[in-house]
Amino acid sequence: MILAEHLPVLPVAIPALAAPFALLVMRRRRALGVGIALTSCLAMLGAALALMARVIDGTIISYAMGDWPAPFGIVLVADRLAAMMLVLTATLALIALLHAVVTRADRKGWHFHPLFQFQLMGLNGAFLTGDLFNLFVFFEVLLIASYGLMLHGQGSARLKAGVQYVVVNLVGSSVFLIALGLLYSLTGTLNMADMGLRVAEIAPADQGLLRIAALLLVSVFALKAAVAPLHLWLARTYAVSTPAVAALFAIMTKVGVYSIIRVVPQVFGDGAGAAAWVPAPYLLPAAIVSAVIGFAGVFVARSLSEQAAYAVVGSTGTLLIAVAGWTPESLGAALYYLVHSTIAAAALFLVADVVARRRRGYGDSASPGADFADRQGAGLLFMVAAIAVCGLPPLSGFIGKLLILKSLAPLPDWGAGWTVILVTTFIGVIGFARVGSAVFWKAAAAEPQQPVPGTSRADFAAPVIALALLVALSVGAGWASAYANAAAAQVLDPTQSAAVVLLQGGAS
Amino acid sequence: MTYEFLVASAIGVLVAGGIFLALRARTFQVVLGLTLISYAVNLFLFASGRLVVGRPPIWDKAVAEYTDPLPQALALTAIVITFGMTAFVVILSLRSFLETGSDHVDGDTVPCDAQDGLGGNKGGGDQP
Repeated sequence: MILAEHLPVLPVAIPALAAPFALLVMRRRRALGVGIALTSCLAMLGAALALMARVIDGTIISYAMGDWPAPFGIVLVADRLAAMMLVLTATLALIALLHAVVTRADRKGWHFHPLFQFQLMGLNGAFLTGDLFNLFVFFEVLLIASYGLMLHGQGSARLKAGVQYVVVNLVGSSVFLIALGLLYSLTGTLNMADMGLRVAEIAPADQGLLRIAALLLVSVFALKAAVAPLHLWLARTYAVSTPAVAALFAIMTKVGVYSIIRVVPQVFGDGAGAAAWVPAPYLLPAAIVSAVIGFAGVFVARSLSEQAAYAVVGSTGTLLIAVAGWTPESLGAALYYLVHSTIAAAALFLVADVVARRRRGYGDSASPGADFADRQGAGLLFMVAAIAVCGLPPLSGFIGKLLILKSLAPLPDWGAGWTVILVTTFIGVIGFARVGSAVFWKAAAAEPQQPVPGTSRADFAAPVIALALLVALSVGAGWASAYANAAAAQVLDPTQSAAVVLLQGGAS
Repeated sequence: MTYEFLVASAIGVLVAGGIFLALRARTFQVVLGLTLISYAVNLFLFASGRLVVGRPPIWDKAVAEYTDPLPQALALTAIVITFGMTAFVVILSLRSFLETGSDHVDGDTVPCDAQDGLGGNKGGGDQP
């Protein structure tokens, strides 16, 4: 089977082909372009699920691009974690695309669908690549597409936030390159698995440089993940983006988290000598601060989309509190919570859009306004999404937070993690309750409110699907958390993937 | 010492100037700062394969010593990406200036212009 052999490259190749095709046909036949985009997302989901079926038993697939052997050529590496992220990306992309098409957000500019596909190509590539420079390239692909998507629909608020977003990320890219240059000059390789082996042989005189490179690299990932001192760009950017785009962006911060999870154990893990686990001590304080800031932002947010943006910061912080434990249990809990928090944050952005489309003159601002159509339905959706984001039972956020708390308990500094997670959850609940009661319960002066033309209940579809997925994630929590734990164990044992990547390269 | 010192100090000066400009309030200066930083990064990547003079990067029977070809490829990739990004950020800031009427990175119209007027009145004269 030739296709099965090339399965790991499909998640990158499908959107790379779909984007130019969509661009070409969009001008004349809009529907065909939308069809191409939807087909591409479905095909990506299929490829990701097939890949997951292949790696679920613990095999690691290494795919040498152009058949160049591993340390010299570029490899794509598919393991449990990568497959999980690919499935999550494809699912989220389908939800966001559905919402964009249903609400006609994709018609506000020319190039929504091609940019969307390029964004997915960058995301999938970043999750699959086994080469550090290639990770940079895929980061750039997804960032460049995200600049276009973020500005989609134009308007001065987007342009203002866009300048900041682009400048911050350009500085981040420069720092990424400096870290890569340092690592290459020290180890002579860019392949992550190879680098993990060679990092142990670095001369004692160069250990300082290695530590600098490690910290620079992790701070770039932290910038992408919007971890505490580097989170300032996120709230403004996400709050003004087109909601369907913001829903997709929910996974962009997780790319930063993914890169930390992938690179730190593999390159700066136990084998790295004096530089072993250099970034680890900084992660927990940063995670705690960002959890606090995120949920404090949820508490004081002035609009539903701003609240969702701060929820992204807060959930990333919660996630990294678990990651900072670096045990298989805490990392497994973190991965389960990662899937949950991505979908939950996306659902919150979509619900904010559902409300904003119906409230004439008030948008999604968190102030009492006139009564609007489908107020009950939208309120119910908001409540479920808020329950999910806060981590209240019965949805998967509760299970995720419970797993995180359980996995932190045996660690020496569990007290800080427990306190912060429990207190921020409480703050988040109050914040959502405050905004929810203002928007959905209180009514200002009874102005006659005509329904906004062009709204039907079709735009309930995407958030409902997202919330249904969370229900499925709660029902299937046993299976999902077992998978997440297996993925975590695999990531924390880089010798296995190093053996596969380097041996396979030598053999072929 | 000579070559290494020259390249290292050039990179250092470029980065210092770039950071200073990137922290300014106006988009034009920020774009210039980003450009300087990206020059420095390209030089740095190029130097990460060690500085060797007069050696070929491509295999040749007659040659025993080589220079590392990979950093050159990396620098090339980085140049292409940063060039595209610089073009994009120039257009974006122009567009932002035309649409919002302010070239302040925070997008604020009034405070920024008022400050400048104030600075001029006080006789600072640092802004020509």
